[in-house]
Amino acid sequence: MNKIIPIGPYHPLQEEPELFKLYCEGEIVRDIKWETGYNHRGIEKLSESKTFDQVFFLVERVCGICSTSHPFAFANCMEEIGEIEIPARAKYIRSIIGELERIHSHLLWVGLAGHFLGYNTVFMWAWKYREPVLDLFEMITGNRNSYAMFKIGGVRRDIENYKIPGIQETLDLLKRKTNLLIGAVMDDPVIHARTKGVGVLSREDIINYAAVGPTARASGVDIDVRRDDPYAAYPLVSWKVITAQAGDVFAKAEVRLLEMLESISIIEQCLEGLKKEKEGGTEVLVKEIPEGMGTGRAEAPRGEVFHFVKTDGSNYPVRHKIRAPSYVNIATFRKACVGQTISDAAISLAAVDPCYCCTERMAVAYDIHTGEIIMNGAGLLELSVQKTLKLKS
Amino acid sequence: MITLPEIEIVQKHFGKAVHDVAVRSLKRATVTIDPESIVNVSRFLFKDLNFRFIIASALETDRGIEVLYHFSLDVSGLILNLQVILDKEHTEIESLTGLFEAANWIEREMHEIIGINFRNHPNLDKLISEGNWAEGVYPYRKNEQRAEGIRSENSEQ
Amino acid sequence: MFHFGGASCNNCDIEILDCLTPRYDIERFGMMLVGTIRHADVLLVNGSINQKDKIRLLELYHQAPKPILVVAIGACGCTGGIFAEGNTFAGPVDKIIPVDAYIPGCPPKPEAIISGIVKLINKS
Repeated sequence: MNKIIPIGPYHPLQEEPELFKLYCEGEIVRDIKWETGYNHRGIEKLSESKTFDQVFFLVERVCGICSTSHPFAFANCMEEIGEIEIPARAKYIRSIIGELERIHSHLLWVGLAGHFLGYNTVFMWAWKYREPVLDLFEMITGNRNSYAMFKIGGVRRDIENYKIPGIQETLDLLKRKTNLLIGAVMDDPVIHARTKGVGVLSREDIINYAAVGPTARASGVDIDVRRDDPYAAYPLVSWKVITAQAGDVFAKAEVRLLEMLESISIIEQCLEGLKKEKEGGTEVLVKEIPEGMGTGRAEAPRGEVFHFVKTDGSNYPVRHKIRAPSYVNIATFRKACVGQTISDAAISLAAVDPCYCCTERMAVAYDIHTGEIIMNGAGLLELSVQKTLKLKS
Repeated sequence: MITLPEIEIVQKHFGKAVHDVAVRSLKRATVTIDPESIVNVSRFLFKDLNFRFIIASALETDRGIEVLYHFSLDVSGLILNLQVILDKEHTEIESLTGLFEAANWIEREMHEIIGINFRNHPNLDKLISEGNWAEGVYPYRKNEQRAEGIRSENSEQ
Repeated sequence: MFHFGGASCNNCDIEILDCLTPRYDIERFGMMLVGTIRHADVLLVNGSINQKDKIRLLELYHQAPKPILVVAIGACGCTGGIFAEGNTFAGPVDKIIPVDAYIPGCPPKPEAIISGIVKLINKS
């Protein structure tokens, strides 16, 4: 029985309490333990004291990166309880916002993955091209993040026709840059060496952990809420679900990059749809929500977001359950990491694309025999960068 | 009255264990079952009918502690909620972690926020509440004794 | 600058990181994010603070070389934001450690963050 000496979380050697503890034997990770709770804000309980209109502002801030998917799923849920049909214009606008968010989130991920591999140019580049997307958000909604666009019955602001040419221009720029990025990333032999065969999740793993989103699609599990349980404008436009088979970090990158191109195509079709609808008419008035319960879901950049709400005829939810995709996806990290070397730990975690704050307070590696800390989060990152440099030379 | 083939199969296999069926639409339905048969029905949905486990929600109502296990059939977009009603005093049910790993964290969370004991769960350690609220306090139960210093929420009933 | 993120939605974290990117590029002003509090002159704090984060934050402040300037970023950092009524909220940042500057916003734009930090540096 290997003795493990418990250390921390406030040991003087490390800077901050860690989220993941990697137990290592030499170079190989043997086991993982994790500690959560640092981000717990009691949102589900808070939701019970807010009116339905107020809940939208609350759920937007569950996660800043997929901040539209939570209101999206919540709106789908409430419209199911109230049996409300939203106008076509609202459907197009909702899908546009959802897809723009997917683009900015995947660009963010590409930047972070580049950073973990030691390609800081990729990080700077990907985040530079996030800026036009955030500018679009500011133009349409007034804020770069947390857009407050959704309400029960429709959307709060219209996308007027005069804005459409500007949006199209940015989309053309993004198309060019995404193709450039795809070429640079998918053809680089060092990236192949660092990401192929790393952090592999098999189809069986995905099903066992019930993982969703690009994490699942990269292992050949063909699920996507937009196609399986259609909502908003997704059944009105044509697009395809991207899957890969290998289940490693490279496959996950491939899926995300190609999805960005699909998103751009969806937005363009939605803009065409908008031009055909009359301006204005972005909502139906909803006076009350009947008693009952409903479930709503949306495809966030990271996977399926699920909301369950129980109502009692008043203006407040009786119970509001929120499940973000990272809840099921992060658990797969154990499978992806155990048996790999610690230098691959950083990129395996990043490939699951947990919400950024989880990645930030990353991991600490322990020796499985002595319990001594081998290195902290910054060290793991450094190790990853060094491995890349070695491969390059 | 809409009928769903998946529900009919479940009723055929588990007849006595099914207490109630509520079909809202072709894509949304809730089946209330006997808590003792949760593992068998879940296994049937997961292995035989290829449902995916989404998550579970727990809430307290007049009938007791209700737990809804949400399953999704991705090929058709159907969400099937398996509902069980547990006694408020002896709140326990068999864990689903033997079937799939996906149930692990949510059962730990339900254990600490509303006090359900999941039999045969590998590790019911706290997931989110360590250091965040007092031992033995279950924030999602009504009429719960609160320890000093914990902010009481303003809930409308 | 050392960045501490409490229980947040990450919008502020991303906007802080955005300051490094080519459009805002704070490195040309001589500002950079460091990996350890011991090398920092400024501590950026964002996010509403729950009980677990409070312990961490106090520990961090204890380890920080004094004098250190503390900046509370975002609605959550300044007052707790919409999470202030939650059952795990442990007080806004200024009830835990002394704060020298507040940059409100949800999230504050990178321009606002840079402007706030520059004002603080000019003042001190």
